[in-house]
Amino acid sequence: MDLSAINPILLLASLMVAATPILLAAIGELVVERAGVLNLGVEGMMITGAVCGFIVATATGSPWLGFLGAALGGALLSLLFGVLTQFLLSNQVATGLALTLFGLGLSALMGQSYLGIRAPAFPDIHVPLLGDIPVIGPIVFQHDPMVYVGLGIVAGVWWFLNRTRAGLVLRAVGENHDAAHALGYHVRRTRMLAIMFGGACAGLGGAYLSLVRVPQWTEGMTAGAGWIALAIVVFASWKPGRLVLGAYLFGGVTVLQLNLQAAGVAVPVEYLSMSPYLATIAVLVIMSAGRAPGSLGRIFHAAR
Amino acid sequence: MIVLDKRPQPSRLWSYAAPVLAVVLTMLVGGVLFAALGKNPVEVIRTIFLDPLFSEFAWFYRPQLLIKGAPLVLIAVGLSFGFRAGIWNIGAEGQYIIGALCGAAVGLALYPAETRWIFPLMIVAGAFGGWIWAMIPGVLKVKFGTNEILVSLMLVYVAESLLAAMALGPLKNPEGMGFPGSRNLAQYPSAANLELIAGTGLHWGVVAALIAVIFAYVVLARHIFGFQVRLAGQAPRAARFAGVNPARMILICMGLSGALAGMAGLFEVAGPAGQVTIDFNVGYGFTAIIVAFLGRLHPVGILLAGGLMALTYIGGGIAQSNLGLPAAAISLLQGMLLFFLLAVDVLTHYRVRFAARQVA
Repeated sequence: MDLSAINPILLLASLMVAATPILLAAIGELVVERAGVLNLGVEGMMITGAVCGFIVATATGSPWLGFLGAALGGALLSLLFGVLTQFLLSNQVATGLALTLFGLGLSALMGQSYLGIRAPAFPDIHVPLLGDIPVIGPIVFQHDPMVYVGLGIVAGVWWFLNRTRAGLVLRAVGENHDAAHALGYHVRRTRMLAIMFGGACAGLGGAYLSLVRVPQWTEGMTAGAGWIALAIVVFASWKPGRLVLGAYLFGGVTVLQLNLQAAGVAVPVEYLSMSPYLATIAVLVIMSAGRAPGSLGRIFHAAR
Repeated sequence: MIVLDKRPQPSRLWSYAAPVLAVVLTMLVGGVLFAALGKNPVEVIRTIFLDPLFSEFAWFYRPQLLIKGAPLVLIAVGLSFGFRAGIWNIGAEGQYIIGALCGAAVGLALYPAETRWIFPLMIVAGAFGGWIWAMIPGVLKVKFGTNEILVSLMLVYVAESLLAAMALGPLKNPEGMGFPGSRNLAQYPSAANLELIAGTGLHWGVVAALIAVIFAYVVLARHIFGFQVRLAGQAPRAARFAGVNPARMILICMGLSGALAGMAGLFEVAGPAGQVTIDFNVGYGFTAIIVAFLGRLHPVGILLAGGLMALTYIGGGIAQSNLGLPAAAISLLQGMLLFFLLAVDVLTHYRVRFAARQVA
């Protein structure tokens, strides 16, 4: 074992990359849950996004179009969840699970002729000036564009939820759908839009795995990332700022674990690969104090 | 404009008809999907749903129905208790793996002793393994209010890693020439879960599944605990006033489903699978969720739904080898089935009415 082989700068730099898929999926789910809907189908939407993004990117040769396709794919799949839970008033927990099972099957079917192909490369951008700062430059300012897009989406969501009227309506719908309905807000419409935004973000997160992180398509490649994203929303107490912290914490554990594997620590690889999931459980135990939106998971049926 | 009115009571007719309608819709939409894949939809549907039962090779497939169906029914019966009470154990797959590991470990530790007590001991160890794995999310929920859905799911991934570690490490066959995987328990008579009647597929897991169905039926229909489970799911506040202790309810429901899933894992590893391998688990824990819902969380319904789901596995296998249908199409079909069931269930709880659009 040679721990000195682990380069702390590279470790911190890859932390941001490891955290990005989870961050993208989690910020979408945060909006969905703030609107009062619990969509457990994140894993299914992520994996569908991963395959959609991969197919579009290899067909067009453009990773950007791939990400667009992934967002569309995720949003379309989430539409299924939306129709079932908002119009057919099905149980959100069960429907979310169905979405995951369905998404895993669908993605495997769509991706079967894409196994073993490499995705078109997505070059890192080197932010001028900032990227040249020693230590901080390589850690923060030399990544692929999606890392910054993800952070931008988080900032945008924070601004939307806390500084806009539409964000206020969305939060009202999530806190008490009956009261929001009585005030004349469109509960269903708000929720459908939130669900589709969540699907699009989960799709982006999945595509980040298949286009940047791995960059290949393999069945079941999300390996629980969608569920971890759900856990991070709880960790963040439904607040965008803390979501970044949670995702980076998770990214840190993942990267450290991979580095320890590479350094040949005496612990078998299988035990090390458990650590991100165990860390997630630990985080859930410590952080169950946050207050969930009031109407989270409840069926809205306008009584007349 | 379509308006939904809540029924004062769920419709009995629709609660029976909804699963049937869901199956029919799945066949129709599945048929369109198969046509899009360039297959003859009628032929594919017939292969999946009828050939295992009625084709000339049905004698070969029918026993498979019991082998595939038993673990699904066993796990789904356990899950249905929690689901009824609003406790979501989604990690049955992990409990299944740990049950298999614990049970197999006991059998392998006693190799090559020959007594009739080994197999019963393995069953106990399997149930214990599943129970303890389910207790983790259960206790964390009771003590810290942690979400049981997420924790039980995380533990599936932990269990998968543990399975790989065991297959490559402590449980590896010392005479296996370095290949991963344990000794074959099916070749160790004291520990084997063999067919009880040759050519039927009937093994101890099937017996256990049937006992579980009867047990669940009696408990739900006749015992105070069954009443409390139903009450806790339908009216949690009323349940508290009626003296239902939520923490106890969570621990019992989680423990019960974990123990049954663990037993299912043991029966599988000692019988049809035979050995602990890296990819021993095949997703029964997740499919059982569909079985539980499709069976309306009712023991008899679960028995029927387990049979249907086993049919799609076997028929899917036939369609895969004979018609070149991709394996993923079957899991897609299973997911679709759950979707349609949840969708048509609106008819059970609501009355659909066509009304003129009102001016708000």
